[in-house]
Amino acid sequence: MTDPVTPDPLVPGPVPRGGATPAGARPGGATRADATPRLAARAAHLAYDRRTVSASIDAEVRDGSFTVIVGPNACGKSTLLRAFSRLLAPRSGAVLLDGRDLARVPAKEAARTVGLLPQSSTAPEGITVGELVSRGRYPHQGMFRQWSDADRAAVATALAETDLVDLAEVPVDELSGGQRQRVWVAMALAQQTSVLLLDEPTTYLDMAHQYDLLDLFARLHEQGTTVVAVLHDLAQAARYATDLIVMSDGEVVATGAPADVLTAELVEDVFDLPCLVVPDPVTGTPLVVPRRRR
Amino acid sequence: MATASLAIVALVVAVLALGLGDYPLSPPEVLHALLGGDGFASTIVLQWRLPRVLAALVFGAALGASGAVFQSLTRNPLGSPDVIGFSTGAYTGAIVVIVSGAASAVGTALGALVGGLATALVVYLLAWRKGVHGLRLIIVGIAVTALLHSVNSWLLLRAQAEVALSASFWGAGSLALVGWSELLPGAALIAVLAVLVAGLARPLRQLELGDDAARAHGLRAEGTRLALVVLAVALTAVVTASTGPIIFVALAAPQLARRVVRSAGVPLLGAALVGGLLLLVADVVAQHVTTTPVPVGLVTLVIGGAYLISLLVAESRRTR
Repeated sequence: MTDPVTPDPLVPGPVPRGGATPAGARPGGATRADATPRLAARAAHLAYDRRTVSASIDAEVRDGSFTVIVGPNACGKSTLLRAFSRLLAPRSGAVLLDGRDLARVPAKEAARTVGLLPQSSTAPEGITVGELVSRGRYPHQGMFRQWSDADRAAVATALAETDLVDLAEVPVDELSGGQRQRVWVAMALAQQTSVLLLDEPTTYLDMAHQYDLLDLFARLHEQGTTVVAVLHDLAQAARYATDLIVMSDGEVVATGAPADVLTAELVEDVFDLPCLVVPDPVTGTPLVVPRRRR
Repeated sequence: MATASLAIVALVVAVLALGLGDYPLSPPEVLHALLGGDGFASTIVLQWRLPRVLAALVFGAALGASGAVFQSLTRNPLGSPDVIGFSTGAYTGAIVVIVSGAASAVGTALGALVGGLATALVVYLLAWRKGVHGLRLIIVGIAVTALLHSVNSWLLLRAQAEVALSASFWGAGSLALVGWSELLPGAALIAVLAVLVAGLARPLRQLELGDDAARAHGLRAEGTRLALVVLAVALTAVVTASTGPIIFVALAAPQLARRVVRSAGVPLLGAALVGGLLLLVADVVAQHVTTTPVPVGLVTLVIGGAYLISLLVAESRRTR
């Protein structure tokens, strides 16, 4: 794994240094601003039972982007991700996948396009790493289709990407928290989707493991995967994202490249935190420094 | 492979069981009778003993598979149709039919079926909150079971002595009255249900990962779960209607199978094999170990009670 303290050239290649991002020069995917977004919410009403989270939300994920959704707790960022991943159907409005209404895309077909790392999953007792990762192949299997060479290759690749080859035969119960999270990532990778949704993937991990995982996501992004992540840490969001979606109270309040979006005014407004925004000494991306000392 | 050896052990025990009785037969004699020999030995084996041995294997397998589905869905070794009220509800249904005086074998079976299914439905609805989750299903089931026990006692106390006696005999669960004509309809239904459950085996394994992951893999989680619950309930229902409630096979078989097969989660096929083996051994004990034969339900109750205590002790050690 990469040394987390000096992520220099390996880490987010896509983010140019120096802060300002020239429009249209965003690397890593579509160059045309009017290209069909991979995922889009259009006036979507997102709610659980009687509790409305977003009355009418519009948001887009560009093809080939590393989009990070940020915002204060309970602002609806995970809910938006759930809508993108088909776990939550909008009451009204629509969620589109490549321009098609996601609700009308057959579930397994959608699952071959969009993968999800949920906030919590359960590993069956006694399951090995390799076996758990292989369950990510479900959307590619029919009722009678046997385990194929393509399945085997996808699992092998996923294990290699996540540095788990040596642990393939080990029961998941015996792993550390960081290793276990890598197993869930590997399961999502085995799904071989071109869009990968990550719901707070670094929560409960120590700093080194957080950056290891983020580096992995950055590598996947460089290889062409469209990555959408909900993150809490603004410095990480600024380092890794090509696009930021800033949410507050169920609404999108700002979108764009981190350098354009993350200003002291915005952070103070959205997070209610007086702060300075300075260039990150390592990457030059915006770094939020709170003014309050206690 | 552990699964294959389980199947072989079951076959060997079956051959031994076919030789046991007032007219003992050696394994070669049993095999000769099975493979088309004639004479008194083959009458004994084919007409008298084989239906009962097959019933133990098939019904035990159905109970084991049913328990495996429930334990996998609830992610809890206590999640089993007999713990969550199904068998007790079936007994209630059977008592109602017997007490009302319409006590034919078919009537009792139908009563048990209706009672069991109604109980399953009530438990499912009471446990429903935006989907059914394991622990709530178990706790609601235990509460409903307790209620039904008192209903059963009340019904039996009100009934005439001989009616109550015949109801109690049914309620103990026995294979003693199973012949070919009792076995075949149940076995046919179980075969159909087994095929359907096997078709949902892979979705069941995806559900073990949690609803979010399962749905992200393109599974309709709630619909699949409901279908599996219905199939598992139906498996137990068919057995209960044929034999009376046989407790604890569904509870113990999946966990024993998990230890034997050493699989991830609860193995469906392994649980079915262990279930068949367990009920067969229990029935051999019920027939031949005591001086007078006892209902097999009594034997599984004793074995299962001991198992349940060990399970609870192990669980409390782990959570302490």
